[in-house]
Amino acid sequence: MSDLSLWGMFLAVGIGTFVMRLSFVELYGRWRIPTLLSRALVYVPASVLAALVSPSVVYPNGQGEFAFANPQIPAAIIAAWIAWKTRSTVLTLAVGMAALWGFKFMAL
Amino acid sequence: MTYRTATEAFLNGVRTLIPLTPGVVPFGLITGVMAIEMGMSPGMSMGMTLLFYSGSAQLVALQLLQNGALPVTIVVTALIINLRFIMYSASLAPHLHHLPRRWTWPVSYLLSDQSYALCTLKFSSGELGRFAPHFYAGTAVAMWLTWQLSVFAGVYLGANIPETWSLSFAVPLSFLALLVPGIRGAASLGAAVTGGLIAVSAVSLPYNLGLVTASLGGVIAGLLIESTGKKNLSSASASHVERETP
Repeated sequence: MSDLSLWGMFLAVGIGTFVMRLSFVELYGRWRIPTLLSRALVYVPASVLAALVSPSVVYPNGQGEFAFANPQIPAAIIAAWIAWKTRSTVLTLAVGMAALWGFKFMAL
Repeated sequence: MTYRTATEAFLNGVRTLIPLTPGVVPFGLITGVMAIEMGMSPGMSMGMTLLFYSGSAQLVALQLLQNGALPVTIVVTALIINLRFIMYSASLAPHLHHLPRRWTWPVSYLLSDQSYALCTLKFSSGELGRFAPHFYAGTAVAMWLTWQLSVFAGVYLGANIPETWSLSFAVPLSFLALLVPGIRGAASLGAAVTGGLIAVSAVSLPYNLGLVTASLGGVIAGLLIESTGKKNLSSASASHVERETP
């Protein structure tokens, strides 16, 4: 992608995000958020993040190429367990990376 | 507490944010490192950080760029991730809308998960008095500085990290660290599992449509589970505030 189209993309996301942040501060008293929408928005982070994590863990070589010896899967399971137990970002990253390096080392 | 001066309220906002910074800095570092590894210049990486000011959307955009997704897909996905700001905006609006535009526009740009989480309860209880917007601004400015500086540090580290460290795995790990603590009940768990399974099976769909399909499927699953078991509703609705990126 060219630098120009990258900047265009950044600008589009930046303006769109700003408009969403400003939305109700600007429109206060003139519009109410529909109930179904606000209920649905609660589940957006969980489903989008899971939809991002799982393919990048399962297919380390990119688009749909399943690899049998894939140390990322056990490493991600261990990291998810650490995230669940500790709720700590630093520990999740540290243990997840250490597990990946460990599994790669054992496979050598 | 009620503050006597605007400065006191602002500084107390800054102090309230400081305990949250250890969770934010690693994401900033990874975002900076990833931008550089993607081949972006330092200036472009920081320009992206300033324009987005949204860590999860930025990491997602970088990941999709790496996958070679279309620009339209990247913009739409990043904006979907950021839809939560509409909710935050609605919840803080009663306490910020009376300010003049030269203030509402900057404080809206500075809205983050952290500032929202720190201010929403204090705003509605009225304990902050008339300097509540200054307290909010203190949390927001401190968060903004933390984020920009940690990405900046990552940008300068980035070039020195060898390929064999497999650091790109830190991106899905970061998403896991955001995702897992947010799961507070059957409905959000169902949303995550559905989203994850659809994404893995639909990965070969063109234009990253798999991601959009999976996200929609996850949201629908969450709503369905919520309406079959109303008991979990209160636990699920708290899930979106405690996140580690702006």
